[in-house]
Amino acid sequence: MWRNGANAIPPGMSTEPISNIRNFSIVAHIDHGKSTLADRLIQITGGLSEREMSEQVLDNMDIERERGITIKAQTVRLSYKAKDGQDYVLNLIDTPGHVDFAYEVNRSLAAVEGSLLVVDASQGVEAQTLANVYQAIDNNHEIVPVLNKVDLPAAEPEKVKAQIEDVIGLDASDAILISAKTGIGIPDVLEAIVTRLPPPKGDREAPLKALLVDSWYDVYLGVVVLVRIVDGVMKKGQRIKMMQTGAVYEVDRVGVFTPKLTVMSELGTGEIGFLTGSIKEVADTRVGDTITEEKRPTAEALPGFKPAQPVVFCGLFPVDAADFEDLRAAMGKLRLNDASFSFEMETSAALGFGFRCGFLGLLHLEIIQERLEREFNLDLIATAPSVIYEIEMNDGSVLELHNPADMPDVVKIKEIREPWIRATILTPDDYLGSVIKLCQDRRGSQIELTYVGARAMLTYDLPLNEVVFDFYDRLKSISKGYASFDYHITDYRVGDLVKMSILVNAEPVDALSMLVHRTRAEYRGRAMCEKLKDLIPQHLFQIPIQASIGAKIIARETIRALRKDVTAKCYGGDITRKRKLLEKQKEGKKKMRQFGRVEIPQEAFIAALKVDD
Amino acid sequence: MTERAPAPPPADPGFGVYVHWPFCKAKCPYCDFNSHVRHAPPDQARFVAAFRAEIAHTRERIGQRRTHSVFFGGGTPSLMEPATVGAILDAINEAWPLDARAEVTLEANPTSVEAGRFRGYRAAGVNRVSLGVQALDDAALKALGRMHSAEEALGAVAVARAAFERVSFDLIYARPDQRPADWAAELRRAIDEGCEHLSLYQLTIEEGTPFAALHRAGRLIVPEDEVARALWDVTQETTRAAGLPAYEISNHARPGAESQHNLLYWRYGEYAGIGPGAHGRLDTPEGRVATSTERGPEEWVAKVEAQGHGVIADETLTRAEQADEYLLMGLRLMEGIDRARFARLAGRGFDPARVAALLEDGMIEELPGNRLRATALGLPVLDALVADLAA
Repeated sequence: MWRNGANAIPPGMSTEPISNIRNFSIVAHIDHGKSTLADRLIQITGGLSEREMSEQVLDNMDIERERGITIKAQTVRLSYKAKDGQDYVLNLIDTPGHVDFAYEVNRSLAAVEGSLLVVDASQGVEAQTLANVYQAIDNNHEIVPVLNKVDLPAAEPEKVKAQIEDVIGLDASDAILISAKTGIGIPDVLEAIVTRLPPPKGDREAPLKALLVDSWYDVYLGVVVLVRIVDGVMKKGQRIKMMQTGAVYEVDRVGVFTPKLTVMSELGTGEIGFLTGSIKEVADTRVGDTITEEKRPTAEALPGFKPAQPVVFCGLFPVDAADFEDLRAAMGKLRLNDASFSFEMETSAALGFGFRCGFLGLLHLEIIQERLEREFNLDLIATAPSVIYEIEMNDGSVLELHNPADMPDVVKIKEIREPWIRATILTPDDYLGSVIKLCQDRRGSQIELTYVGARAMLTYDLPLNEVVFDFYDRLKSISKGYASFDYHITDYRVGDLVKMSILVNAEPVDALSMLVHRTRAEYRGRAMCEKLKDLIPQHLFQIPIQASIGAKIIARETIRALRKDVTAKCYGGDITRKRKLLEKQKEGKKKMRQFGRVEIPQEAFIAALKVDD
Repeated sequence: MTERAPAPPPADPGFGVYVHWPFCKAKCPYCDFNSHVRHAPPDQARFVAAFRAEIAHTRERIGQRRTHSVFFGGGTPSLMEPATVGAILDAINEAWPLDARAEVTLEANPTSVEAGRFRGYRAAGVNRVSLGVQALDDAALKALGRMHSAEEALGAVAVARAAFERVSFDLIYARPDQRPADWAAELRRAIDEGCEHLSLYQLTIEEGTPFAALHRAGRLIVPEDEVARALWDVTQETTRAAGLPAYEISNHARPGAESQHNLLYWRYGEYAGIGPGAHGRLDTPEGRVATSTERGPEEWVAKVEAQGHGVIADETLTRAEQADEYLLMGLRLMEGIDRARFARLAGRGFDPARVAALLEDGMIEELPGNRLRATALGLPVLDALVADLAA
């Protein structure tokens, strides 16, 4: 992993004149070839030898590679001798590729002047491409359309060009046709970066003003901060100040990634590079913050800073209560590198000790959960994902509800507001009906329906709480994987929301309670009761399973008591076998969650939430 | 609830010897016991020598005992020559003298051939037979793979009753498509035979048997839980009304006619297991030991001839394991278990909350003398009940 290559620091390089710097990012949908293109650019400019190129250099984590997405922003500095004979520095920022990290994408885009819009010439424009390209446009980017995979028989470059012009409104006549895989067109891309993208602007003499693009923890270097120098110069020994937090640190070193880590004497105006210093934790750095010099501060911070806001919450509990401390340690380690993930201790009557965790979105949740299970070998129970509700009380106070279990007494509540999103869905026409039905069922309201070539582009406003359940899974399944989806949170709206409790044997199971819209409560309650009926084994007594809103039961199922369960023949030769069976039963019971007198298998908590429409 | 307040069991469950005869004429498709079919009849003299050797070996291991019961099980022990039975009993008596009132049971197939040997067994010292009648319906007998008719079986029962003081027979119920009313009628005919003891087993699909394969293939359908429960209930009512109430899950007797040997198992007493695939629970200076022997008859004989015994497992049980065994066996009995004995073995009593809840549900009840037993509601779901109490 080249990020950690601190052991090989070549001698310092000098700063280029600002007119010979180009800063850019690549905007693309998953699988459209962003990482492959980045790798080609690194290879052709000699950043790494053939031997050093492990496939897709820029995706570091296993999960990033497996899912083909980038989670953290990364950067690489390329040296390029252009056709005009001059040497240029090209700084590529690889942006996170998922909607959950929209803010991080935005800040990465704010650090560069232009973008390559990479579109698969056989697939065309996708929902995610749109969201990111609009962000690039918002950041006043110069955009160079690049059609990838033109070597594929299914490639239809002319059709896709027309799509880019119709849908995005960009001139695609000069689009570059490439195959990142075979290397076709890569030199044209480099030349276009130099000739079509503008150099950065900035005042070298002005006080230091730098954008904090991202940060991460490196075992050798400590906290590494990725910055874009907007004005002034950053160098070793400088005392810098984070304008949001007010914290002051001393710079130990500055440098760039080529992609090997390379220490420089300074980072000049317009440059993108890293700094290390006396910063202890990634959490001390805020993406989007402005860095300036302590003794000669800039007058004004850069616009657009937003604190990282968790959007989706869920409880994570160890399956084995003895793993609680291990879980806490593992979460602490993950947070070292991901300050947008938050956790605090939570106790559940059903699940014991665990953590209430906040995430930027569902993918973020999945990634964290997967990393905890995979990298730290923990078995986890996740509770129903919940969004943040705003509850206005009768006395006028407003509180944020992260956990349905904490819902205040309804008689004291004036209104409940829930987050809404604007979703963009692209789907082949064949599945349009099913997709619209899904959105309608989830309380969506249609904003727009247009066509992008043969595909329908739907814009819907949807309550986030209907999306966090299994919306994405359902969308993928009804469209056989063809529909693409992107969203951003728009606003909070008043909703007729009620807390639905699930009672097993007349006792509420806190881990299964949730806020739902009144119109959806009965359906959801019935589905959960039916599911639990199959998930909870028969007991010696009958077990009612009920869904309720307050005291009102809205759905009910009954697990019948066991009627016959006894070994017919049991003599002297059978005891050993029977005892071993009993020991196994006892082991099995340990893995259940005792709830009142009912034993609920751990998998029931997750499975109960997976309700099919 | 169960009406009969049983007499408290003896403080010492006694000592018994189980002898396994591993051969059958044919293998029944539901049976997963250690039984083997051989074309040539086995050399009984050679087996007698091996039984004698293994008895002597066990005597060495545990020392003196008084034998309260002997049980010849199988396989089909009624394929043994009476002389074989006599020789084995002599060997047992030599090792651990038989009590004057000792119960000596032999399992027998109810065919006319075997009935011809009954007097011989009686003369050899057998005083109780247990006959595998299984059904009183010829079609059902055929389906169960039995080689006798109902009439022939009842003939054998009559011969047995003339030869022995004590006769019991087995029936299998909850057979495919069996209805409670039909079973009740069949059971009443069985009771009318006038035996003092009946073993009534619900058909169980055992792994590795032809019935298991048929069941998996959907060609053998056993009654659902609800029907199985109705069949169970009618069994309890019918036997109780006839004065043969259950004293164990599947065993019914006139009071006083219970199988002493089997009570020994359920009371978690001490017993030696002799012969191929036999299990024992022996009290040794190291504690209670679980023994088992080589299952293959020829392999067992070879082992005994080579080393004096066929024991392949000899494990000292922990007290917690003994507690589990006492619990799962003892709760099968209407007399229940002694809570103090359980607590001594387990090192702890039952979870009071669980006991309270099960008492409240009417699944268990307390008896005088600090005893606990499963009720009429608890018995048909005993396996789940035991798992709950043991947790």
